[in-house]
Amino acid sequence: MDIFLQQLVNGIVLGSIYALVALGYTMVYGILGLINFAHGEVVMIGAMVALTVIQLLIGSGIALPGPLIAALGLLIAMPVCMALGYVIERVAYRPLRAAPRLAALITAIGVSILLQNLAMIVWGRQYHAFPALLPAAPHTFAGATVDDLQIFIVLLAAAIMAGLLALVHRTRLGRAMRATSQNPAVAGLMGVNVNTVISITFVIGSALAAVAGIMVAAYYGIAHYFMGFTLGLKAFTAAVLGGIGNLAGAMLGGLLLGVIESLGAGYIGPLTGGFLGSHYQDVFAFVVLILVLVFRPSGLLGERVAERS
Amino acid sequence: MFLADRRQKLRRDPRLVWAATIALGVLLVALPFVTDWAAGRAWVRIAAFALLYVMLALGLNIVVGYAGLLDLGYVAFFAVGAYFYALLASPHFDLHLPFWLLLPAGAAVTCVFGVLLGAPTLRLRGDYLAIVTLGFGEIIRIFLLNLNAPVNITNGPQGVNLIDPIRLGDLSLAQTHTVLGFTVPAVYNYYYLFLALVLGVIFVSVRLEDSRIGRAWAAIREDEVAAAAMGINTRDVKLLAFAMGASFGGVSGGLFAGFQGFVSPESFTIIESIMILCMVVLGGMGHIPGVILGAVLLVVLPEALRYLGPLQQALFGRVLADPADLRLLVFGLALILVMLLRPSGLWPSALRRRELAAGGGAAADGRA
Repeated sequence: MDIFLQQLVNGIVLGSIYALVALGYTMVYGILGLINFAHGEVVMIGAMVALTVIQLLIGSGIALPGPLIAALGLLIAMPVCMALGYVIERVAYRPLRAAPRLAALITAIGVSILLQNLAMIVWGRQYHAFPALLPAAPHTFAGATVDDLQIFIVLLAAAIMAGLLALVHRTRLGRAMRATSQNPAVAGLMGVNVNTVISITFVIGSALAAVAGIMVAAYYGIAHYFMGFTLGLKAFTAAVLGGIGNLAGAMLGGLLLGVIESLGAGYIGPLTGGFLGSHYQDVFAFVVLILVLVFRPSGLLGERVAERS
Repeated sequence: MFLADRRQKLRRDPRLVWAATIALGVLLVALPFVTDWAAGRAWVRIAAFALLYVMLALGLNIVVGYAGLLDLGYVAFFAVGAYFYALLASPHFDLHLPFWLLLPAGAAVTCVFGVLLGAPTLRLRGDYLAIVTLGFGEIIRIFLLNLNAPVNITNGPQGVNLIDPIRLGDLSLAQTHTVLGFTVPAVYNYYYLFLALVLGVIFVSVRLEDSRIGRAWAAIREDEVAAAAMGINTRDVKLLAFAMGASFGGVSGGLFAGFQGFVSPESFTIIESIMILCMVVLGGMGHIPGVILGAVLLVVLPEALRYLGPLQQALFGRVLADPADLRLLVFGLALILVMLLRPSGLWPSALRRRELAAGGGAAADGRA
């Protein structure tokens, strides 16, 4: 039981990070029908920029409290990522809006490769230690250990997601976004500036990516130029699991994937009598994904789309 | 207009067609000798790899280009084919089955894997399918990586070593032979074997495209519901696409294992799948010459970019940036630029070009 609770807690923390990244995928997909393969790299750039800022601040010798340093890193990484997201959309995706869909997928892959290698040139191939800035005071609840960082990650992710839902469902901009995702042409006729809405979607998604990047780097204590790729794949899987294009689906999918992975890592050994070890946690996640999609082909919360658009 | 007419006439002239075919044939046969003389033995090896990737790209082209099913885990079949050959023709299990048996058997086994992947995904469309195929590819790779305990099947991350070279009867491809006074080293042998098989794969692809099955694939690619209404059994036709594509991948996997002499899970990551997809889309989906061009370019370009170091030396007198770092950077940039400038691929089929020119995206925008 202790293991169960502990893995559940770990899973929720990991899952809220997945959810933040998955939101970026799902927003872009909902509006453009495009798998933004480069989103994972935006997460990585966010973590790397924050790391550089934090290292500079620590190196400068000014005695600032840890949380303030982390906040400053976040405050600088976010605009950088937002600008990056805007530029990616403007340069690589907008010219291809009328082109065959796979063309945009290939440019997305191109952008991803480009960003990865740029980051490798700037920050090098080595793993960077991400400094621990929050006090890691562990609390124990019913046998499960939780530290401040974990609590903070979950709370911040929850607050951001609540804010995003409010934005999409309560504001004029949100209405414009929803209209664009239903039908860009008609939304344009109704006076929505479709290009602006799409740009804003990328900018918001990238801001979330920056936050997620810092969270994941702080959680594992490591940043690396390749960290965005796997994280991006997992988050995209989470978005599909929940039903891509659906905000609540991305959150649910992210949390579920995190929990499934953690529980899988903890239980797959005993369940198979030691035949399969915890290396198989990714297999576990993908098998669950395939099973879900076999029974619900458009994800957990995805609408049942008509056979043909 | 006049020019176009002339080109049409030229293309139909049988003497010219024959002359071009013979010239191309001579070029392909002479290629290893020429590249070896001009650029070194390493480039003959690259040419052989290019042929392997042509085979893979044509296999994926059946799934993505003909049937319109986005597959992001194609490398799984390549991996299955490679490990099938590696395990049954190496000291690992001390089995040394002959090549002529393993090649068709490998194709059959990967065919089964293709159906295994296809069956649960029949109801999925578009990007849901993409993510499931991606997951399938990762599952295969993780199993290859970890199936060394408790029973050692795949030898884990170390991979399988000392795989038997390919032998055709008494002729070992790993030895240097002398034919009509020409010395033919091992790499050349593989090049010619791959060339022969690529020609076979091209033949199958061309014949498939114009067959009843090929038309059924085109129909489900354009509109699955309409295709079903026209009496096409979409389930069987889709499974067939997966199975055919998979078996091409399996064959190239077996060749890869024999050629390389070594396989490990490292060679079968998701990046490989993405690369093969890039070959298909960059060249021109569904158009055989385009796909071949895409495959050759994407194999040759990263290799050619290795010369960025010497180039900088010549231009600036010193190496400004590490060519190993720049290589993929330029590669990513090239992918973006090509797609921006030619969204339907470098060499798209005439049909697709007409559609794009006339329809402005009505046929191209298939949002699921």
